[in-house]
Amino acid sequence: MKRMIRIPLLLLAFAMFVAACGDDDDTSSDDGTGGETPSGETLKVGTKYDQPLFGVNTPDGVVGFDAEIARFIADELGMEVAFQEAVSANRETFLENGTVDMVVATYTINDERKEQVDFAGPYYIAGQDIMVEAGNPKGITGIDDLDSADIKTCTVEGSTSLANLNSMAPDAAVTTFDTYSKCADAMGQGRVDAVTTDNVILLGLADESDGAYELVENPFTDEPYGIGVAKGSELRCQINEILQAAYDDGTWAQIYEDTVGAVASVTPDPPAIDNEGC
Amino acid sequence: MSWSEFFDEYQDPLREATWVTVKLAFSSFGLALLVGVIVVSFRVSPIPPLVRVAGWFVAAFRNTPLLVVLFVALFGLGDLGLVFDFYPTAVVALGLYTGAYMAEVLRSGINAVPRGQAEAGRSIGLGFAQLMRFVVIPQAVRTVIGPIGNLFVANFKNTAVASTISVFELTAQSQRMFNDASAGVWRVLAVISALYLLFLLPAGAVFRRLEARFAIKR
Repeated sequence: MKRMIRIPLLLLAFAMFVAACGDDDDTSSDDGTGGETPSGETLKVGTKYDQPLFGVNTPDGVVGFDAEIARFIADELGMEVAFQEAVSANRETFLENGTVDMVVATYTINDERKEQVDFAGPYYIAGQDIMVEAGNPKGITGIDDLDSADIKTCTVEGSTSLANLNSMAPDAAVTTFDTYSKCADAMGQGRVDAVTTDNVILLGLADESDGAYELVENPFTDEPYGIGVAKGSELRCQINEILQAAYDDGTWAQIYEDTVGAVASVTPDPPAIDNEGC
Repeated sequence: MSWSEFFDEYQDPLREATWVTVKLAFSSFGLALLVGVIVVSFRVSPIPPLVRVAGWFVAAFRNTPLLVVLFVALFGLGDLGLVFDFYPTAVVALGLYTGAYMAEVLRSGINAVPRGQAEAGRSIGLGFAQLMRFVVIPQAVRTVIGPIGNLFVANFKNTAVASTISVFELTAQSQRMFNDASAGVWRVLAVISALYLLFLLPAGAVFRRLEARFAIKR
């Protein structure tokens, strides 16, 4: 008899658990301050969790430039931000299937991606640079030095950096991982000679390495970072307005100085927003 | 992009990636067979310390995700100064991982040989090694051809995990092709899956035939 009761009890417990999880979305709707969008609604944001200075998951929440930009946008929309980890390879998929509402994850705007998703912004212009071991033992000064079978270069599979490397240094010996931190680790172990991607990412890695790595500081691309939203989403134009206001009143520069400014000495001018279709 | 454009563009990279997958699958499986035989001979040996070491080995590798085994082998050992290339690291990590399962499969085969067989062998004066070589293993192997076939298939599929440590095999190739939006994710996945099937369906058939051929008629 005992055993027969157990299974329905388990099912009941499971049902209650599921129901409890579902409640979360509804009960948090009292603490907002109003606005055009229903207050307290969550804005699901995909961001990187291992990108120093931009998106790092800490016990106190996600910190960095991307995270603060996302929080600022959510605040202006009157919504609660809910972060979710996004990696380079799954950002389009996350937006297409609605796993997240927007992606703020060092996301370079390009035409190929524009076919799958829409971009607000750009909110920052990065440039692809090269990171080497301190003292630059191989004497790498720019992209041309990577175009050789003797120099092993690491970057992330599926990234724009890889596409750039392949087109600008076709003879490069390329190693790929799923995160840049693995590339940095591989360089620390002497597996690769150089790591290439956007300078701000490299600055973060160099900063974390306690002087073990340094940048060549000879960027060879312009990489506009955009905020990815689902194709046709009305969020795009709303975000553009919010960004423009932040550029004009200095909020953007403040966020930059509070995050990336810890390593970068010069705060750039904010980029021009692409308002086409708004 | 049409199918013919797709194959024009990706024929060569796909062929190279398939070759890497096949090499990796066979070399790691060869290592797994070797590891399995050594570990199981420890495990069934009459020497207690060897039995214990074999038990630890199996427990360690069977209870750790393969992905973690690979990262430990690459980044963990690397941080301790033991830096090996990506491909050999993948072969060894996969070989040890599958080898632990192999040892268990072989042990089940040995256990399936009736006790009386070993007793009969001992009664005619065979030592432990001879007993294994001439009496137990020939009978044990017949019962485990099916399970070994399963391990071969599992190991072949597990080579996909090597893509995470920069081994450029089929799955890594598929990830790179995702980058090319015009190739179509569905098409890339269909082709990659078909390539795995191309090897694994015949492999399954071969093992089924072997199993039937060597089955013990009782």
